[in-house]
Amino acid sequence: MVNSGDTAWVLISTALVMLMTIPGLALFYGGLVRRKNVLATMMQSFFALCLISIQWVLFGYTLSFGPDKYHMIGGLSWLCLKGVSIAPNPDYAGTIPHILFMAYQMMFAVITPGLITGAFAERIKFSAYVVFTLLWATLVYNPICHWVWGTGGWLRNLGVLDFAGGIVVHASSGFSALACVLIIGSRRGYGREPMPPHNLPLVIIGAGLLWFGWFGFNAGSALGANGLAATALVATNTAAAAAALVWMCIEWKVAGKPTMLGGATGAVAGLATITPAAGFVSPMSSIIIGIAAAVICYTAVAVVKLKLAYDDSLDAFGVHGIGGVVGTLAVGIFAQKAINAAGNDGLLFGNPSQFLIQALGVIAVVAYSVAVTIVLLKVIDAVIGLRVTDDEEVIGLDITQHEESAYTLLD
Amino acid sequence: MKLIIAIIQPHKLEKVLEELDSEKIYLKTVTNAIGCGRQKGHTEIYRGRKETGNLLKKIRLEIAVNDEFVKPTVNAIIKAARSGSIGDGKIFVINLEECHDVHTGETGHVAIG
Repeated sequence: MVNSGDTAWVLISTALVMLMTIPGLALFYGGLVRRKNVLATMMQSFFALCLISIQWVLFGYTLSFGPDKYHMIGGLSWLCLKGVSIAPNPDYAGTIPHILFMAYQMMFAVITPGLITGAFAERIKFSAYVVFTLLWATLVYNPICHWVWGTGGWLRNLGVLDFAGGIVVHASSGFSALACVLIIGSRRGYGREPMPPHNLPLVIIGAGLLWFGWFGFNAGSALGANGLAATALVATNTAAAAAALVWMCIEWKVAGKPTMLGGATGAVAGLATITPAAGFVSPMSSIIIGIAAAVICYTAVAVVKLKLAYDDSLDAFGVHGIGGVVGTLAVGIFAQKAINAAGNDGLLFGNPSQFLIQALGVIAVVAYSVAVTIVLLKVIDAVIGLRVTDDEEVIGLDITQHEESAYTLLD
Repeated sequence: MKLIIAIIQPHKLEKVLEELDSEKIYLKTVTNAIGCGRQKGHTEIYRGRKETGNLLKKIRLEIAVNDEFVKPTVNAIIKAARSGSIGDGKIFVINLEECHDVHTGETGHVAIG
């Protein structure tokens, strides 16, 4: 039975999650790069929206959510949305049209490869990016999405909980981002010359739009206009605020001054971390999760990255990979059946085995994502080449990949 | 005393600065500039419309030196900025009448640094 309230909320949430990719993520990443690469960086988010929207309706949706095959992948019976109609599918959401559930999930499939672009920013060849994104969505995102969220998926059967995509979206993209960093290598001159963000106000606008859209991402994952959506919304906002505050306080103490970029980064880290937990934890638990997100992600991007000297250019791994893992494990600690009867209790509420199940889920997904991403990048590099030439990198991707420039010097 | 003004390709700046450093020439002013030489601009495409003949982005370096540093400075810039194609830039050397250091009040050869 279609419920009009639920349908309205998920329609709006679908649009909210779309907004996270364009312009949210595009501005967030676009402001962080140097001025010669801003359009190329925004183009990567924009292109992901266009490309994966088509991939999803043709075959991505059926691979992710179609009738189960061997607990590993969805079958092809919903190819080209055959049979995906306005009638609800009670396996996924009994009160909204099936085609709306498909559209809502499409926006998740879009933003996930978009998040990875922070890893190879300012140096990937556009053609290589297009091929990588299409293959990654098909060979990494679609299977993982089925494992965790598809009916019959093996991690779902094990009892792994992922409310809105801590494993499916953030851990998978974040660790794939790390694989990208290691395979493609650092930007030319990384560590020797400064590479400051070229426009911080763009970054802040982007972070704000991400925070805004995240209400659709997390509260929308309740798939209804109900108490669970409200609970998830409160957990989301609370964790983001706590993480941003703590991140700025750490900077204040360690580096001398709290920064706007630190606040924005902390908020995004908090949002990524609360994502798997939003519909399972109490508001007070979400404060603790936000604090943990800030402390651990800050350590990843400001200490570990510098020590190991890898060029995770826009911190896709440090924020989304680490945040996704921390949040997924936090579900195993803080989840409460009193908050969501469809979930389970975590370590603190008398069920320590949930923590182990969460850990197993995250390890499986991370290992698979990293392995397939490395193979994909190696193959693409051998066939068409991954990186732009040294000269093109110095001149910038806007001119060399797209023949346009963001800013003029006069007028 | 001479004032050396060099117009170079933006992406050669890094190499030029390294080369100047290795010649112990540390004091300079760097500005963004746009200009046009024999290269006559490049092509950008906006909504399918090709735009050519744009003024090109360049970097303008200004370096004040004592006479014995003119040759090494000019050579360093040429060595680092030359790619062998048009658009590599120009170097102008101009007589410098006076130089004052705002901080110390020194003038002339000492003030150049």
